[in-house]
Amino acid sequence: MTEAALEIQQLNKIFRSNNQENHVLKNIDFTLKNQEFVSIIGPSGCGKSTLLKIVAGLDTAYEGHVSLNGQKVTGPSKEKGFIFQEHRLFPWATVEGNIAADLSLKDKEVQQRVADMIKLVRLTGFEKAYPKQISGGMSQRVAIARALLRKPDILLLDEPFGALDAFTRNHLQESLLDIWRENKTSMLLVTHDIDEAIFLSNRVIVMDAKPGRIKQIISIDLPFPRNRISPSFQELRTLVINALNHDDQIEDDWSI
Amino acid sequence: MFSSKSFIRTAQGAIIPIIVLILWQTASSLEWISAQLFPPPLTILQSFYEVVVSGELWHHLQISVIRAMSGFVIGGGLGLLFGLIVGLYKRSEQLLDPTIQMLRTVPLLAITPLFILWFGFGELSKILLISMGSFFPMYVNAFLGVRNVDSKLFDVARILEFSRFKQISKVILPGAMPNVLSGVRLSLSASWLCLVVAELMGADKGIGYLIQDARAYMRTDIVFVGICVFAIAGKLTDSFVRLLERKLLAWQDSYRG
Repeated sequence: MTEAALEIQQLNKIFRSNNQENHVLKNIDFTLKNQEFVSIIGPSGCGKSTLLKIVAGLDTAYEGHVSLNGQKVTGPSKEKGFIFQEHRLFPWATVEGNIAADLSLKDKEVQQRVADMIKLVRLTGFEKAYPKQISGGMSQRVAIARALLRKPDILLLDEPFGALDAFTRNHLQESLLDIWRENKTSMLLVTHDIDEAIFLSNRVIVMDAKPGRIKQIISIDLPFPRNRISPSFQELRTLVINALNHDDQIEDDWSI
Repeated sequence: MFSSKSFIRTAQGAIIPIIVLILWQTASSLEWISAQLFPPPLTILQSFYEVVVSGELWHHLQISVIRAMSGFVIGGGLGLLFGLIVGLYKRSEQLLDPTIQMLRTVPLLAITPLFILWFGFGELSKILLISMGSFFPMYVNAFLGVRNVDSKLFDVARILEFSRFKQISKVILPGAMPNVLSGVRLSLSASWLCLVVAELMGADKGIGYLIQDARAYMRTDIVFVGICVFAIAGKLTDSFVRLLERKLLAWQDSYRG
């Protein structure tokens, strides 16, 4: 089960305005294997969110090749679950109503699947609560359950825990790992949190801005569950930090 | 069963009306103001009791309620339908909205003579007038409701591959509901307003007729009875909408004062 799930070849995105060309993404090339967890990290403006939107099919103005399980990405679909930074739950629907979304809760089979999802994201007891009644972290878990109910081939996460406090964030990272191991869904996570990337991923893609490009891909070979304060974790963090700013360093010395 | 809190709230709202009533009663029984033009509240209450017991009030109220409600159902229903369609489809907006907005600015009273010429003094002209009055508030609010739906939730619906029908039933309609309900409220009060206009123009039954008839005989007390009936009916319909809001908008997370 290690064939490529997501293939990106020679992906370019150029944003043109007033005769100016802004290379948002330049020559992006990578493959994500089935059941792999990959994080993309980089400074703001490196095009990491744009890349994720292209994979999701939300942005189709690009050059190059993007395919999921051999099929070219042409638009959004259930196979590509998407988690936004904000939970984007329907405020008028309960937790179970949000997870079911367009499916009917009157259907016994849907009921069962929703119940399974609620158990998976550990929200038992909150089935009938409205989004306004639950915390931000819980809402984000509902959003994850809503995506997973559709059995996506890949889950795309756009800084999903960025707006949460540190405790909730750590907790949700751990539950995301549990979900990943139980569900075996491929994951592509965009983040600006180095620890988050190392804690969760098999590989970390480090990007650079202007033009947005892949700078380095770092494999994280630590066994799960990972210990954030272990020396090997620290080593990898140093590696990622260096990858993130190794060529700005000289420039900084001159610019100050 | 009143809890002490809701009793205090009701009592607070009643302070000003009670003071006004007491002053009025005193002023007209001491003949500081003309009892002919301002009959004392107790006299009005007495007349109210009489028209209720004689069945006269019921006779008039029945037909008024039927007129107002059929006008509201027709006008409000069409307003809702058109508002949603125009909100949903850009092309229908370009086609219909300019015309509807133009008609909306025409004062209803200016059209009333035409309605009478075309449809006579019968029920048809009255119900059409009321329908027209209640159409516009419903239309404007339903349209606004659709356009106020968060586009971010639309992205979610696209990713989850909602069918067009589910997009409407699960995203647009619930999202538009707060505006639709304020449309219902405004539309209902417009239908009461137009009812009065229609019945004062010419009728042989109805609360508006009761008022008009009482004015001809200088029965100011009955005029006040008619006004009270409209006030009570207005208040009741408003409470009904509030009830709907509490039921349908329980999910809303907004400031409640």
